[in-house]
Amino acid sequence: MGELPQVVRGFGTTFVTMFKHVNTEQYPEAKDKFPPKPRFHGRHQLNRHPDGLEKCVGCELCAWACPADAIYVEGADNNDIARFSPGERYGRVYQINYLRCIFCGLCIEACPTRALTMTHDFELADNGREKLIFEKADLLAPMLPGMLKPPHAMAPGTTAKDYYEGTVRGATPEQIADAEAQANPEPVVIEGVVFLDSEVTQ
Amino acid sequence: MGLEEKLPSGVLLTSVEKLAGYARKNSLWPATFGLACCAIEMMASGAGRYDLARFGMEVFRASPRQADLMIVAGRVSQKMAPVLRQIYDQMPEPKWVLAMGACASSGGMFNNYAIVQGVDHIVPVDIYLPGCPPRPEMLIDAILKLHDQIQDTKLGSNREREVRELETVALGATPLIDQRGLLR
Repeated sequence: MGELPQVVRGFGTTFVTMFKHVNTEQYPEAKDKFPPKPRFHGRHQLNRHPDGLEKCVGCELCAWACPADAIYVEGADNNDIARFSPGERYGRVYQINYLRCIFCGLCIEACPTRALTMTHDFELADNGREKLIFEKADLLAPMLPGMLKPPHAMAPGTTAKDYYEGTVRGATPEQIADAEAQANPEPVVIEGVVFLDSEVTQ
Repeated sequence: MGLEEKLPSGVLLTSVEKLAGYARKNSLWPATFGLACCAIEMMASGAGRYDLARFGMEVFRASPRQADLMIVAGRVSQKMAPVLRQIYDQMPEPKWVLAMGACASSGGMFNNYAIVQGVDHIVPVDIYLPGCPPRPEMLIDAILKLHDQIQDTKLGSNREREVRELETVALGATPLIDQRGLLR
């Protein structure tokens, strides 16, 4: 009979615990309640100017800064037929190998145009190596209202400097007309390889 | 493995597959293979805040003979590679491998002669998890994606057909050693 109070005390502990604060984060069910911190390093994103042109200028500084050699960039020249970014050059091929990437953020520090930033997206696991090499199409920022899908001309009367200073606010009617004129680009064949992605134009 | 392998292909087999998949995915016991910093995050996933016990995975087995899932957490050196393979071989079927973190998945930033450039050179990997190290939520996400794979596991004659199809694909693929660029 001497054991009974101890048993009762034991159950008492269990009972009191039921009213204590629950430490567990219910991750997949209530993930919105536990967002990552503001500076969390997640999946990369290639940003756009407010009129839809890409910010990436294909300088490869991110690839040079990368300690894990996870980034592969091929730049190409913009021209009057197809313009993807303001200024001279744009990133034609942009790949990040997430199996190599260590999410250190040195690429973000290296980027001179703030084209590359990091999102809070971290659910990246997949079942193949190929699936974890993200192409430009996977990394580009979504089109926001007022944006126009490249290739299209720069806003009339502006230079690359105006874009970087933030004076371009959105796509103008002239740009929309120009984009319609350039619609439906043909698949590009480079050295026998067909690039079906409409973003890739030489 | 047992009687379920002898079942004729059809409704019965697919029902058994679903039941077996449900049972397997909800009692997945991981073998600890903590090799580096990822192991700290793996331990955090098992602890109270993230609580892998919610998915029936609370027992990290120290013995491979009682484990279904090998979480390779950390960089695998050339010297560790045969040990890792032996642990994998000691695990009973069915078994799965999760390559946790950049180093286990591809060698990560350690692209040198001492580190195996991805554990898929040694054991078949079912799911790759990027990150350096991945946060516990990422590990839980990878495990949940693996659960979906396990739920769809085939048995018996369906499995034989799946293996044949996978083998055809695998024979046509470029060997890891010949892959170039970012795939290396």
